[in-house]
Amino acid sequence: MRALRALLVRDIRLAVRVGGGALMGVLFFLIVVAVVPFALGPDLRLLSRIGPAILWLAALLATLLGLDRLFAMDHDDGSLDLILMGQAPLELAVAVKGVAHWLTTGLPLVVAAPVFGLFLNLDAQAFAAVALTLLAGTPALTFIGLIGAALSVALERGGLLLPVLVLPLTIPVLIFGVAASQAAVADPEAFGTPFSILAALTLISLVIGPLSAAAALRLGLD
Amino acid sequence: MHAAAAAVKTSGQNRSQTASLDRGVRRAPRPRKAAGAAPRTYMAMPLIAYANPSRFLALTERVLPWLVGATAIAFGIGLYQAFWVAPEDYQQGETVRIMFIHVPAAWLGMVCWTIMSVSALGTLVWRHPLADVALKTAAPLGAAFTFVCLVTGSLWGRPMWGTYWVWDARLTSVLVLFLMYLGLIALWRTMEDPTRAGRAAAILTLVGAVNLPIIKFSVEWWNTLHQKASVLRLGGPSIDPAILVPLLIMAMAFTLLFVTLHAAAMRNEILRRRVRTLRLRQAQAAQGA
Repeated sequence: MRALRALLVRDIRLAVRVGGGALMGVLFFLIVVAVVPFALGPDLRLLSRIGPAILWLAALLATLLGLDRLFAMDHDDGSLDLILMGQAPLELAVAVKGVAHWLTTGLPLVVAAPVFGLFLNLDAQAFAAVALTLLAGTPALTFIGLIGAALSVALERGGLLLPVLVLPLTIPVLIFGVAASQAAVADPEAFGTPFSILAALTLISLVIGPLSAAAALRLGLD
Repeated sequence: MHAAAAAVKTSGQNRSQTASLDRGVRRAPRPRKAAGAAPRTYMAMPLIAYANPSRFLALTERVLPWLVGATAIAFGIGLYQAFWVAPEDYQQGETVRIMFIHVPAAWLGMVCWTIMSVSALGTLVWRHPLADVALKTAAPLGAAFTFVCLVTGSLWGRPMWGTYWVWDARLTSVLVLFLMYLGLIALWRTMEDPTRAGRAAAILTLVGAVNLPIIKFSVEWWNTLHQKASVLRLGGPSIDPAILVPLLIMAMAFTLLFVTLHAAAMRNEILRRRVRTLRLRQAQAAQGA
């Protein structure tokens, strides 16, 4: 337990420091949300109708971009080998790294979403709904991304491979997240179903993500 | 290094087995059981017998011409049945004949991922040497079948539904399957060492297998524009036999096509890896000199 707690604290500290990239996710989120109205035009009614979708897309892309720092830096300086050889089960260590990643990348997105919703002319009910669905869904994005990050850890010229592998698996999360956000605004009774499925997807990914990522790390780093 | 060691081992086995190959391929000799070891299942024996790549190459060399002939005959019969003999649909008219290509391609796209999942288990669990070869070569075939399914479906949808594409659950999940095929092929091309790439691809294949029940039951779980299941359903097929029989013949033809192409591709991949090993050895020898 102590080892896992130390790993969690180490990862959070590293992410928050200057080269860590924790708040880069929020910055990218802001930039995407700012760029979309340039492409769509300033029609406020249109923006408020698709606002939840834009916020969800921006959150997805921001999470994707932060995923490669999950294992790559540890692989470069050798600490990944120490984690593999350590006493804590690899699945738990990988899950702890995922939790640290979500705390430093996903949670700031959840906090920032209501603020950025103002750019997209969302009313209070809408951006509360988006923030709630992001809170339920961003852990799924991180933990599904764990799989892709582990598969591409040893590649130097990975490039866009990680998003290509991870995006098809995160499509259900996107679908139900946006469905829940739209339902909260338009038809509150229909909020429960997509939100429950979103929460279920998060819980499933909390199990499948670390298991697959640990297997990928073990087999990929012989 | 890994591939080089494997190649050396198989050439050692070759010497003792070329004699049996001359007399035709025989059953693999029973492995000596350790005291108290569980008996091997019957199914594992024939597959294990073909773990030797040379044996597998010999098998495909004998079997491939027959497979090609069988595929050609099946396609001949199937296409004739589909385009001349089968009656037109009471509602859709002649355009229903696209179904004879669209449905078998869809079935094969999903069956291919299932076969890939079994191969992935073969790589990770049973460490069968040819499992990752089977996995690697099946991916482009599955992607091609899924692509044919999407394109023919789109062309069929235009006269029937009035649109080339709609984002309902069935079409979206098949598109996601296609994207996952492409992602898998991308993963193979990015990793240099075939053995390590095989293990990574095996994990990705097993994770992506969760999409298969979603595709199959998408028309039941969601309100889709795509029609519900007509063949593989509780209560038996709901298609008239005059159309069902050509459909099943075409499905058999597509399956034979897949088996033929897969066997040929596995031959190529084994030979490709041998060439790579020889090149590595050559480079090492040049270095040492």
